[in-house]
Amino acid sequence: MNLLSLFGKRGESASVAKNRLQILLAHERADDGSDAVLISSLREDILAVVAKRVAIDPDSVRLEMDRTGDVTTLGIDIELPSARAS
Amino acid sequence: MSNATVVVVTSGKGGVGKTTTTAAIASALAKEGYQVCAIDFDVGLRNLDLIMGAERRVVFDLVNVVRGEASIKQALVRDKKLNNLYLLPASQTRDKDALTEEGVASVISELRMYFDWVICDSPAGIERGATLAMRHADEAIIVSNPEVSSVRDCDRIIGLLDAKTKIAEDGGRMPKHLMITRYDTERAKTGDMLATDDVVDILSVPLIGVVPESKDVLKASNVGLPITLSDENSPAAKAYTEAVRRLLGENIPVTIPEEKRSLLGKFFKGRAA
Ligand SMILES: Nc1ncnc2c1ncn2[C@@H]1O[C@H](COP(=O)(O)OP(=O)(O)OP(=O)(O)O)[C@@H](O)[C@H]1O
Ligand SMILES: [Mg+2]
Repeated sequence: MNLLSLFGKRGESASVAKNRLQILLAHERADDGSDAVLISSLREDILAVVAKRVAIDPDSVRLEMDRTGDVTTLGIDIELPSARAS
Repeated sequence: MSNATVVVVTSGKGGVGKTTTTAAIASALAKEGYQVCAIDFDVGLRNLDLIMGAERRVVFDLVNVVRGEASIKQALVRDKKLNNLYLLPASQTRDKDALTEEGVASVISELRMYFDWVICDSPAGIERGATLAMRHADEAIIVSNPEVSSVRDCDRIIGLLDAKTKIAEDGGRMPKHLMITRYDTERAKTGDMLATDDVVDILSVPLIGVVPESKDVLKASNVGLPITLSDENSPAAKAYTEAVRRLLGENIPVTIPEEKRSLLGKFFKGRAA
């Protein structure tokens, strides 16, 4: 969905707002901190796996969660050191 | 290695446009190519994430970082459109003492290393949250509406900026900029609203921008885009973009927003000429 295309149309920004609020509030009302725990543990696991092959800085593994209406996606971003032996 | 300029956006009074201003300025700076981090200090009433359209991606927050439960790099939420723009969200905790003085100090000093600009959105009021937000600032943007109670509260905030900040305690003086928002062009004409000059006179703070009351601001918040990204041609966006150029040191006159002349007005003007 392209927000910008909706944005131009009259009155539609309110329905985008409603949708965003529904997703957010559903999550906030149910929030028990489990996302944070999951992300932290996953990060440690991934770090351990990567560290077996490459020496990396712990901060170079980034996990990004994105909650949409029906699915939650997890983005994993691992920055490898540039001086990696080839 | 960067050494960020830390800017606090503050007002005392609630609802004057601090969060709108923080989002607009942070994204305008990022559009200029700077590495920018916006921090939400409104603990318990987080909103900057919504205004920046990042709410679906928040996992950790400022309090997690202060408590050592997450590193800063994990807690930063990267903007979807600008990959040099980041948000450090506020926590939704009800614990008023969740932020500690030392915790905030160390967060700010770490952020200084990664970014060119750190923009701090303050909560309303003059309590702990507001003083912590301004504590380590290098510059302050004071947001006021052209209205008596807002101006009076700004005066109190100026007092705090000159007393309770690190700069002030070290014998320095906090550089301040006045941002007048929700400026109603219609009322300005009829004289029913404080003029920008009046506000500048009373507060003795140089003007950095005058943002008109605009429906585009509400629309932008609906879709979760800072006004400077959602609609560059909106008068409000233009005012913020201009303010950012001044923040960057350009010496340009402040544009006072004017009511668009109606067709009829244009017609008569044309006839008279
Ligand atoms: N220039 C403007 N034109 C029209 N509406 C505006 C403008 N600036 C801000 N607003 C609206 O005013 C309301 C308050 O704005 P905002 O949340 O930015 O204020 P705030 O100072 O952060 O509030 P708080 O003290 O509660 O944190 C919002 O509904 C926002 O959309
Ligand atoms: Mg706010």
